[in-house]
Amino acid sequence: MSHTVGHEPILGKFPGLEWDEEAGALVVPAAQAAKIATWLRDNDAFLLDYCSNVTGVDYLEREIKEKVTNEAGKTETVIRIEPSRMDIVYHLYSMQKQTGPLVLKQRTNREQPEVESLTPVWRSCELQEREVYDLFGVNFMGHPDQRRILMWDEFEGHPMRKDYTEPFDYEWEPTPHDEVLERHQRGKVIV
Amino acid sequence: MSSPTATAPNYELIQQDGLETSLLEVSMGPHHPSTHGVFRMDVKLDGETVVDLQPVFGYLHRNHEKLAENMSYLASMPFTDRLDYFNSMTNNWAYALAAEKLVEIEVPERAEYLRVIMAELTRLVNHISLVGFFINDLGALGTPLLYAFREREKIMDLFEQASGARMMCNYFRFGGLRNDVPEGWLDRTREVVDRFPDFLDEYEKLLCENEIILSRTQGVGCLSRDLAISAGITGPMLRASGVNYDIRKVDQYGIYNRFKFRVPYTDDDVGDCYDRFMIRMLEMRESIEILKQALRDIPGGDIIGKAPKIFKPKPAEAYARVEGPKGELGFYLIADGTPKPYRYRVRPPSLINLTVLRDMCLSQKIADAVVILGSIDIVLGEVDR
Amino acid sequence: MTTSNTSPDIDLDNTTRTELERAGVIVSKVDYLYNWARGGSVWPLTFGLACCAIEMIASATSRFDISRFGSEVFRPTPRQADLMIVSGTVTKKMAPQVVRIFNQMPEPKWVIAMGACAISGGPFKQGYNVLKGIDRYIPVDVYLPGCPPRPEAVLQSLNYLQEKIRTQDIKSDPAFTKGRRQYTVPEFTGKDLEPPYNPDVWQPPTNPNVKPLEEATA
Repeated sequence: MSHTVGHEPILGKFPGLEWDEEAGALVVPAAQAAKIATWLRDNDAFLLDYCSNVTGVDYLEREIKEKVTNEAGKTETVIRIEPSRMDIVYHLYSMQKQTGPLVLKQRTNREQPEVESLTPVWRSCELQEREVYDLFGVNFMGHPDQRRILMWDEFEGHPMRKDYTEPFDYEWEPTPHDEVLERHQRGKVIV
Repeated sequence: MSSPTATAPNYELIQQDGLETSLLEVSMGPHHPSTHGVFRMDVKLDGETVVDLQPVFGYLHRNHEKLAENMSYLASMPFTDRLDYFNSMTNNWAYALAAEKLVEIEVPERAEYLRVIMAELTRLVNHISLVGFFINDLGALGTPLLYAFREREKIMDLFEQASGARMMCNYFRFGGLRNDVPEGWLDRTREVVDRFPDFLDEYEKLLCENEIILSRTQGVGCLSRDLAISAGITGPMLRASGVNYDIRKVDQYGIYNRFKFRVPYTDDDVGDCYDRFMIRMLEMRESIEILKQALRDIPGGDIIGKAPKIFKPKPAEAYARVEGPKGELGFYLIADGTPKPYRYRVRPPSLINLTVLRDMCLSQKIADAVVILGSIDIVLGEVDR
Repeated sequence: MTTSNTSPDIDLDNTTRTELERAGVIVSKVDYLYNWARGGSVWPLTFGLACCAIEMIASATSRFDISRFGSEVFRPTPRQADLMIVSGTVTKKMAPQVVRIFNQMPEPKWVIAMGACAISGGPFKQGYNVLKGIDRYIPVDVYLPGCPPRPEAVLQSLNYLQEKIRTQDIKSDPAFTKGRRQYTVPEFTGKDLEPPYNPDVWQPPTNPNVKPLEEATA
């Protein structure tokens, strides 16, 4: 099996770099992604020369129910509101050392998402970042050729976002239920 | 090491004796017989030389990821068949691996062996079809493709007997396989596998030293090692550029550590179309070796492990990848505790291998651009998803 | 002596017919002759969209051999083709090109919608970029279901098409009287294709309960 890359040695090198335990990913502070990525690629201990997968994840604002133990020692359910955000995920491997993956995440807001492009570091990001721009509407600073890739140029909106509504398409389900019903109610009306 | 990027050559038109010349813009595709589907290349030509090339995608973007985020985990399995429609079995496997990472399910021994057998048969199907199409692109219309499809049909029959469908097998399940293979299937497979090298001999004799193929492919569409690694090229294309990287060896997913096989790769830094063609021919031989070992050792027993009835993983993230016939096929899943994936992402090898199409085609002839595209081995279902 | 050379629907008693044929005269309708020739040499367009294209290619290879039915001449250009096999998912981005290619084909021309996606959008029907059936823009002669259909089914659909061709009447068929049929090529807009369907060939299902959001809220 290929060995996963330990994240501990990286954390100390860059202030602001965080480790997200649940996702198993390094969260890069704003405007430092290219610097950290170049270091990871060129440092002899890592040599992460191969960026495999680039994608975006859209998180809407959501309520999370958590069980918390309070001071009295009782568990109670607390509702916490997690703000919306946009993640750009990079899966890094090393072809020379045959290790990996190390997951790198850039975090940004949903309204005006803007992150640093890693295409100057790894060419493999070129088309995938274009795809994230197209489908999620994330602006990649320093991308050499940021255009729509899958949808046509005149298209408005970003269909992979969770709140995207499809245009009315004259199709109907005789008995809409669950998802279908919900989508009908969002985009069109069943009287 | 810095990342090599494509730069357009400063191109100056040759002006002759007051004659005005200009670049010719040609839109190849989306309906073009040699673009392997609905792919478009906007090419700028000076005479016959390619000066600029822009790939245009999206003509087969059928929203696989969005659909999968709106359905249960298992319901996406038949959709993975339709990603790379030559290789439904390996697509299934990659997705099953990712799901098995979310919920730990043990796969029974027999299922593991059958998975390997199916995946390697798929590799044979893909590579023979690709070689047929590739020679088709070189101008040998029909004949080599007919030979290839003759062999493909034999393996299609095996798939049909096992799964009920020729192309869209939908055969893998989380923790194993949908059903066991019918009686006598293994014997029939042995027969097909034993006869396959005869076909390869015939094919190699016809093609590998053919003068036209040599002159059309050698030195055409070169790809350097550094660029290949940086651009995330995977699969036979990467190994043709001189990198020894095969995920079957690196990750050893499934039970690939039990088989003895070699990974063909070139030892120089050239990586032209002929290398990519030959790597695939050699890989088929190795696949046959794996198949022979797997068919010899396959045990009896269950074919599906103890999977939960309702697949509902705890919040987690998983990325699993396999060595598909076209390259690294990865699935990235984010579970949020519901029966549906919150994020479902396919890492398509075909799309990422196209990153370097422009670099390889610049200052080649327009007829070679078709050959280079053919040697990359793309399937549009996977490029656009 | 067989009477296979003579169109069966001509009212002629058998003795006269035999006598005429002995003298080297075949009595037949022009329609019959034309349709017989056309049905036996349908040239399909080399036009693959998605998964179904592979099965279409397989139907042309040695095992299934579409040339038994006279259709092995796959033409890469629409201007030499009679039959368009829409083999696979038509996305919204691809739909204008499909219509444009159909417009370029000379008459007589036929369309086979191959596979569930070309018929209705198939498994990808709920996708935001998937056209829910190519019959919204061009007329379809034979619907061939399956995902993907087997090569045998492709051959059967060709047989159905030949049957349809046999019933054509040159004088009244709109395909022959109105010149080359051309349909509106849809254009890209911000949300969808414009127009979303061609009213000449397709009408939305009449369900008064379903309306676009703007209409319903107005």
